[in-house]
Amino acid sequence: MGAFLTALFTGLRLGSVYALVALGYTMVYGIIKLINFAHGDFIMVGAYALFFTVPVLRAAGAPAWLAVIAAVLVCAAVGMVTELAAYRPVRKTGTNMTALITAIAVSLILENLAQAIPAIGPNPRTVASIFAAGGISLAGATLSWATIITIAVSLVIMLILYSFTQKTRLGRAMRAVSEDKQAATLMGINVNSTILITFAIGAGLAGVAALMYVAQYPAATNVMGATLGLYAFVAAVLGGIGSIPGAMLGGFVIGLIYSFSSAYISSSLASTFVYLILIVVLLIKPAGILGKNVGEKV
Amino acid sequence: MSNETSPVLEVEHLGISFGGLKAVGDFNLEIAPGELVGLIGPNGAGKTTVFNLLTGVYKPTEGEIRLCGRRINGMRTHEVVAAGIARTFQNIRLFSQMSVIDNVKVAFTKDINYGLGASVFRTPRFWKTERAIDGRAMELLGIFGLADKADALASALPYGQQRKLEIARALATDMKLLLLDEPAAGMNPTETAELLACINIIRDRFGIAILLIEHDMSLVMNVCQRIQVINFGQTIAAGLPEEIAVNPEVIKAYLGS
Amino acid sequence: MKTRTAKKTGGYLLNAVLSAAVIAVSVMAPDFGATVKGVTIVWQLCYFIILSCSLNLVIGFLGQLSLGHCGFMAVGAYTAALISLAFQRAGFYTDKGGGAFLLVLVICIVAAGILAALVGVLVGIPALRMKGDYLAIITLGFGLIIVNIINNLPFCGMDGLSKGSAASALYANGLGFVAGQLITWLWLPVALTILSVIMMYMFVRSKYGRAITAIRDNEIAAAASGVNVSHFKVLTFVVGAFFAGIAGAIFSMCSSTLSTASFNFTSSSILNSTFIVVMVVIGGMGSLTGSSVAAVLLYLLNYTIKNGKWVSVLPVFLRQLFAYPMLVYSIVMVIVIIFRPHGIFGTYEFSLYNSLKRLFSKRRTAAAAKEVTDNE
Repeated sequence: MGAFLTALFTGLRLGSVYALVALGYTMVYGIIKLINFAHGDFIMVGAYALFFTVPVLRAAGAPAWLAVIAAVLVCAAVGMVTELAAYRPVRKTGTNMTALITAIAVSLILENLAQAIPAIGPNPRTVASIFAAGGISLAGATLSWATIITIAVSLVIMLILYSFTQKTRLGRAMRAVSEDKQAATLMGINVNSTILITFAIGAGLAGVAALMYVAQYPAATNVMGATLGLYAFVAAVLGGIGSIPGAMLGGFVIGLIYSFSSAYISSSLASTFVYLILIVVLLIKPAGILGKNVGEKV
Repeated sequence: MSNETSPVLEVEHLGISFGGLKAVGDFNLEIAPGELVGLIGPNGAGKTTVFNLLTGVYKPTEGEIRLCGRRINGMRTHEVVAAGIARTFQNIRLFSQMSVIDNVKVAFTKDINYGLGASVFRTPRFWKTERAIDGRAMELLGIFGLADKADALASALPYGQQRKLEIARALATDMKLLLLDEPAAGMNPTETAELLACINIIRDRFGIAILLIEHDMSLVMNVCQRIQVINFGQTIAAGLPEEIAVNPEVIKAYLGS
Repeated sequence: MKTRTAKKTGGYLLNAVLSAAVIAVSVMAPDFGATVKGVTIVWQLCYFIILSCSLNLVIGFLGQLSLGHCGFMAVGAYTAALISLAFQRAGFYTDKGGGAFLLVLVICIVAAGILAALVGVLVGIPALRMKGDYLAIITLGFGLIIVNIINNLPFCGMDGLSKGSAASALYANGLGFVAGQLITWLWLPVALTILSVIMMYMFVRSKYGRAITAIRDNEIAAAASGVNVSHFKVLTFVVGAFFAGIAGAIFSMCSSTLSTASFNFTSSSILNSTFIVVMVVIGGMGSLTGSSVAAVLLYLLNYTIKNGKWVSVLPVFLRQLFAYPMLVYSIVMVIVIIFRPHGIFGTYEFSLYNSLKRLFSKRRTAAAAKEVTDNE
């Protein structure tokens, strides 16, 4: 029983982070139909921002989690710069494939820049713990407070995002752009600004995800974003890319799959299972659990 | 062995629904060999949907399609092409990064019978086949006056010639039935007259049946032997051009009552 | 119409002579005083060129973004290594020279290609159902799955080839060539590379090339022209994978260790799928010449960066940048995509024969023109 609960709690722990990351991924993909490979690396940026700001806040006697503000701002800035410097020019002149390749390049640039800049550097940096240790214990397994807070935060963000896209003018503009860019332009929507804001929000979300990730896994390295981003993407696709509730669902499912296959089958094969899930989903129901299919006009 | 008078195309009670919307319903059509039939109707009536059903892009939810007696429901697009139906598209779909002649040569792919080994080792069979294809492609281009542009990039052609290239490519598939989807779209009167001449040449030279979607009424009335009119996915009239021109249902569909 | 599909015998002859000359040079490498270090560079260039060209078939000609190419290479590398080890342990050959060894070599190389090709089928079939973005992720996933599985196979990852005495046994007596042998066997990768590139070129200049570029440009129109899209898509994956397998065989021949760490997506070494994608993009998607040239250029760039050759030349603020090759490449790639999306060579294929012909005909017309003006 203890082993099962441990696996369950680990799965929730992982899943909560994946869900948060997947939310940002799915939002950006839903709008500009581009898999932002660099999304995971935005989290890395956020983690390093936290690494620098948490000690400062601690020294000033303020709660460590306020550092999330810094993380969100830094990430949003990086997101907007990426959109302006890399994605927008390629969107104008290139094809879908070149846009994707650009995303990969941006991811590489961020990862290697983090390695190259001496203050950040190639060695892992430990971020001081953010939330109190301990949590709810059951049969020898512990569900840490950090995990519970992460789940709560993800749910809140999901609700906020959902009502934002459904109810506010900007949210509707974002949905319009995702359906039909040209029509949106004709309706007076500034597509470029909308996309820029979408990136800012998506990247900002990555900043929050960074806080939650670092709260549970306190090390920041320059490659932490790569695998995280990949798993989160699988989660977003599983749940239905473009669907906000789907991202949440997908995140937790992937976290649990990883955790349980790690515990009961083999930890080194766990990643294989995650990717296999992705392949199976895309083969059977490409729209994902909660997504909808859109065909191409012939 | 189909005999001369048996129809090329028989469509019975063809229909398809997307979600709750019935895009096409109870569509019936028969085309005899060498006939030129027009399919007209207001925008959104379902004409291109019919084409997509005939060419395997969509799978019909009801009805049957027979090509020279052979049931082709549910076949994939390239199988339908191999069976003998070729089409052009409403928005011209050329292989923009390929040369004009290569665009035509692609349509011969299904008839080329050399394999990987022959390609890699450049056997005599490879060269013989390539020469033959080149000859046939140039011949087709010649019919449409595109022979001198054979090696130019397809995207560099003016609009009217792009349309002709698309038709030439369709002809290369050696079809029994050719579906033309608004070939005159975006053309000025001169280009339309050229297109008319092309269609006549095709009929004389290849003797194939043609199903034509078109909005340009002068072209339709001039060249079609029979016309079928659909609106909201249902057939509302069918008959000779003169009859259709004065049919009150047709006039109502286009102009409103 | 004779000139349109003339047999191009002139061109073929010239290329054949050139290839023979290059191979001859590589056979005589020991006589030219070649060093092990220099020769290792050539070995590595060979498999990079094959990898780059074979990936271009999928990305450039077919137009599908495949991010797991090195997975196929890994399959080829391990296949070649394991088969040679099996033969050697069974006592089929003892030293690297006799006819028995040559036979084993041929078997290993062919098997590497075929097994990689089979895996290519496994990847290509699911890939049929996906569009661009998802396809890229799936191929990435497959690349990672393949490497992960190899890692977990007891005779490969755990105590097979990358750890312990088994590894050294392989590379003392198995397939791996060491030191002087790298020089004497130099002709092998060179010949394989030339052969592979030629075969890929033939593939592209045939109905296959036309069909797959048609699919790339307009898949629906390709189907409407009678092209069996699924068949050609899978075929291209398989052909690309086959040659990646061959590249893998070459890799296992010249590397002192064989471990899956080399094949990862974000590995710090340049042998990872992303780097090959960079080569293809920079060289030109749709130009085998471009892929080959880019492979050579980027490899040499990486080599010189790793050996600190740039430090003295660059201003201080750029030196830190150049300490990380992947950083340089990714920035270059973004610049290339924005300003020259077709890469250096676009879809242009270099033909020595045609270039020489043009050169001489220019001379001839210039001479003729001069004659005319002289006579006036």
